[in-house]
Amino acid sequence: MGEATFRDAHRTAEAIARHSYGKLVAYLAARNRDVAAAEDALSDAFAAALVEWPRSGCPQKPEAWLLTVARRRLIDGTRRRIAGEQVADDVRDIVAASGCAEESEIPDQRLALMFACTHPSIDVAIRAPLMLQTVLGLDAARIASAFLVSPTTMGKRLVRAKEKIRSAGIPMQIPTRDELPARLADVLDAIYAAYAEGWNDHAATDTPRRQLADEALFLGHILVELAFDEPESLGLLALMLHIEARRRARRSAAGEYVPFDEQDPACWDAVMISAAETLLRRAAELGVMGRYQIEAALQSAHVHRRRCGVANWDDVVNLYDALLRFSPSPVVAINRALAIGECDGASAALAAMPDAAQDGRLIEYQPYWAARASLLARTGAHADAHHAYEMAIGLESDPAVRAFLQRRLRRIQM
Amino acid sequence: MQYLFLLYADEKGWDQMTADQRKQGEASYTAYTNALREAKIYLGSNRLRPVGDATTVTMQTGQSRVLDGPYADTKEQLGGYYLVDLPDLDSAIAWANRCPGAHHGTIEVRPVWTM
Repeated sequence: MGEATFRDAHRTAEAIARHSYGKLVAYLAARNRDVAAAEDALSDAFAAALVEWPRSGCPQKPEAWLLTVARRRLIDGTRRRIAGEQVADDVRDIVAASGCAEESEIPDQRLALMFACTHPSIDVAIRAPLMLQTVLGLDAARIASAFLVSPTTMGKRLVRAKEKIRSAGIPMQIPTRDELPARLADVLDAIYAAYAEGWNDHAATDTPRRQLADEALFLGHILVELAFDEPESLGLLALMLHIEARRRARRSAAGEYVPFDEQDPACWDAVMISAAETLLRRAAELGVMGRYQIEAALQSAHVHRRRCGVANWDDVVNLYDALLRFSPSPVVAINRALAIGECDGASAALAAMPDAAQDGRLIEYQPYWAARASLLARTGAHADAHHAYEMAIGLESDPAVRAFLQRRLRRIQM
Repeated sequence: MQYLFLLYADEKGWDQMTADQRKQGEASYTAYTNALREAKIYLGSNRLRPVGDATTVTMQTGQSRVLDGPYADTKEQLGGYYLVDLPDLDSAIAWANRCPGAHHGTIEVRPVWTM
């Protein structure tokens, strides 16, 4: 076999694995909801392709080729599993469903697969990993290292979740109109959870986790492609693109943590920001507000302020007010208080901070102490600020952020 | 697929109801059962006597042990079941939501193990 043919076959297979994996799995699993069997059949088909394609050249319709082989494996599997008369019916069904020889005719059921993976009866913690595996084909070991659990544990949880889709009869379909908003929110939350897992300051030096952010962005793109008229899908992708655009700017050349207001806007990715803005405008035209659109709008407002040098803190506070209505959380309340600090001063901000006496979780929450520390320092309450900085430093696990907080603490000690 | 709806509720609720309320409660279960039959998904159902009438039996230690009372002492008790035939979990959830038991208790939706 020629070296070129071999490389060509591998490149084609890789491209399909990257871009169409979820589409093929969703199609294969749609009939009997057996995601695990669909994945196995598809990986057999890929293995067969890597033997066959270099020998006889890439087929004209590689996706259809893979589906045909995978379906044959599935039929064999079904034959083994079911005895008696039902076999004939099953085989007939599968053969009837295999009518679509044209690649463009392979229906894209990835969205239905996403809804199955984020079904309310699936454990919240496994929804994001499950989507990464079934829609993008990530292996358990890679997902495990990104989510900081052992590959064996992650593997077992994924197997259990797929087993539940099949045995509990979780449908692979797009929910009805009245159920759609709530169910879509679960899909969005799982994608954002994957993104957040890959996006924090540790992730800057941690390859599997950083790649996870890219995979989450890819999921976000797929979702927008499939559900383009859902304002919150657009909002989520806009939000992730905004955050992603500033990834490089969050560290100095020496690896030091750089807070947003000290970042150089020239280091931001202008293409991503402009794509995010376009998405956000399209979402706004649809006229239904939601959590992710507001969060993206907040990012947009911050970027605008830094780029144009125009203080827009009143707008920012208004957006946080709106966000609090959609997703009331201490995190939002803290950020809102910091924005109030820019409008009305540090004392007003401290008054607007959530109260640790009311919500005990705040005691262990680093951003709470970091926010209090910077506000107290501004009011001149140096002893209290000192204590708050020490709490924030003690709770921080990222060395770069810890060093940053220590520099701030030294500043008030001078 | 077959699903079993296990209806859990606080039994004391029934004791505290007036005769009128009980009649109304029974009527709503009858209506629900009829709706299941009408939709041709009904396979069976029963209401269970209170857990005070329960007996627990085990042979796990090698000899028969018979105890008075339910398997687990819980705030809400298993009070009845429906067995239904539905295409998938979402339709099962939709039907469980309509069950009167969902309004005064909790319904566990369990797919039946197919051999």
